[in-house]
Amino acid sequence: MFEMIVTIWQDAIALLPGGIQPFAEIITKIIAIMIPLILSVAYLTFAERKIIGYMQVRIGPNRVGPRGLFQPFADVFKLVFKEIIIPSNSNKFLFIGAPLITFAPAMAAWAVIPFDEGMILSNIDAGLLYVLAVTSIGVYGVIIAGWASNSKYAFLGALRSSAQIVSYEIAMGFALVGVLIAAGSLNMHDIVIAQQGSVANWFFLPLFPLFMVYFISGVAETNRAPFDVAEGESEIVAGFHVEYSGMAFAVFFLAEYANMILIAGLTVVMFLGGWYSPLAGLGVVSETLFAIPYIGWMFDSGFHWLVFKMAFFLLLFLWFRATFPRYRYDQIMRLGWKVFIPITIVWLLVVGVAVLAEIPPWFDKGGAA
Amino acid sequence: MKFLGKYLNSLLLIELLKGLRVTGHYFWGKKFTVFYPEEKTPQSHRFRGLHALRRYPNGEERCIACKLCEAVCPALAITIDSAQREDGTRRTTRYDIDLTKCIYCGFCEEACPVDAIVETRVFEYHGEERGDLLMTKEKLLAHGAQYKKELANDRSKDAPYR
Repeated sequence: MFEMIVTIWQDAIALLPGGIQPFAEIITKIIAIMIPLILSVAYLTFAERKIIGYMQVRIGPNRVGPRGLFQPFADVFKLVFKEIIIPSNSNKFLFIGAPLITFAPAMAAWAVIPFDEGMILSNIDAGLLYVLAVTSIGVYGVIIAGWASNSKYAFLGALRSSAQIVSYEIAMGFALVGVLIAAGSLNMHDIVIAQQGSVANWFFLPLFPLFMVYFISGVAETNRAPFDVAEGESEIVAGFHVEYSGMAFAVFFLAEYANMILIAGLTVVMFLGGWYSPLAGLGVVSETLFAIPYIGWMFDSGFHWLVFKMAFFLLLFLWFRATFPRYRYDQIMRLGWKVFIPITIVWLLVVGVAVLAEIPPWFDKGGAA
Repeated sequence: MKFLGKYLNSLLLIELLKGLRVTGHYFWGKKFTVFYPEEKTPQSHRFRGLHALRRYPNGEERCIACKLCEAVCPALAITIDSAQREDGTRRTTRYDIDLTKCIYCGFCEEACPVDAIVETRVFEYHGEERGDLLMTKEKLLAHGAQYKKELANDRSKDAPYR
């Protein structure tokens, strides 16, 4: 099925005049990534309302469509038809531009995420660096939104959010340095390939503290509970996006959820073996499982495993929000600077020594050096 | 040693995992949601909803225009004018309750010496035009007639406690 679509697509591209072929190829690939991504953002909002509802002994939205399944579309239509109110003393250009600046990096970072072996939009060697660079741009959207709104709450939210994102970026960057030492490459595709084998080969085992730090910093980076002081509805109304309404607000919303999916994707790619199946590399067990007719492919490595693992991390995001009270601002800073950064630095040393000593099963392949 | 234990406790996120377990447990539990328009929660016979003016069984209106309800109303929602009727009794010519002001405290009901102004259990009502929520004497008496049985029933249930 999948091969058939690819063949038809390649034939269709070949029909085009030579000059625009690469252009058409890239555009179709981008669309093929964007549309499922935006749909999953829509359904992530729905899943959030349902799952948090269930954890709070409620049932969540259930009126639009069967079991509320069309709720995201109802929300989108509502927001599209609402007026975008622009505060009278705001900077209009920046006010409208800010949501786009937040949204674009969340989408752009997907260019270097490998979905399956060879399934990657742009297989660049500096993939990890690109991810770090692009995700950092998102904070400008928050700062600009807070400043352009000309509102004290928005401004406070922007200050808090930018301080928090900048602090956690350091811990996050260090955690990624661990991954790049372990994999010996900045190329996202090669990072996943370096984790080939069984579950034991995945990087979350040798880099466990970095894995935890990365994911928790990821939660902080996306301004999600319990690190949501930037929004803090009980303190500063809605933080940097108080003044936004209608579609401009929807774009912020979209960006937040796209960032969540991105963080989940990056965590899976860098620490949990990307598209590799946890059932692979188990000798006889895997062979018998993969040989089962019709459903055998489900146990084998592939795109679906990336999706499963990402779904797990997205569930964690929602679970955290349903469970933890918001951190106090100074506690957030303390956690970022005095706990995470020391942990990552110490563990970088450990990883360095482990790589030098070529400790199996992770560092004895000769790939890392 | 105690310090180390505390340190490990926070480093390994023990408390946070406990919290996650609690919410994870509730995720699978029974939900308490009431599907409101289809399902309704039980109501007390003392529920304070839409107002009504009652009449005696012989058809005579109960209200004697003593204006105690008007005096006690904390939201100043009640306005009463009175005049002498042909038979020499004092009656209201105007009895307005502004439901947009009313806070449904039930003081009017308690102040009334003849149980004329009462609150029904009806809470699902709305106004579509300006003035729809300004209850006049006619509307209130109509409510009294409409919910006569329910009102009498609720009063008799409450009688032992009064």
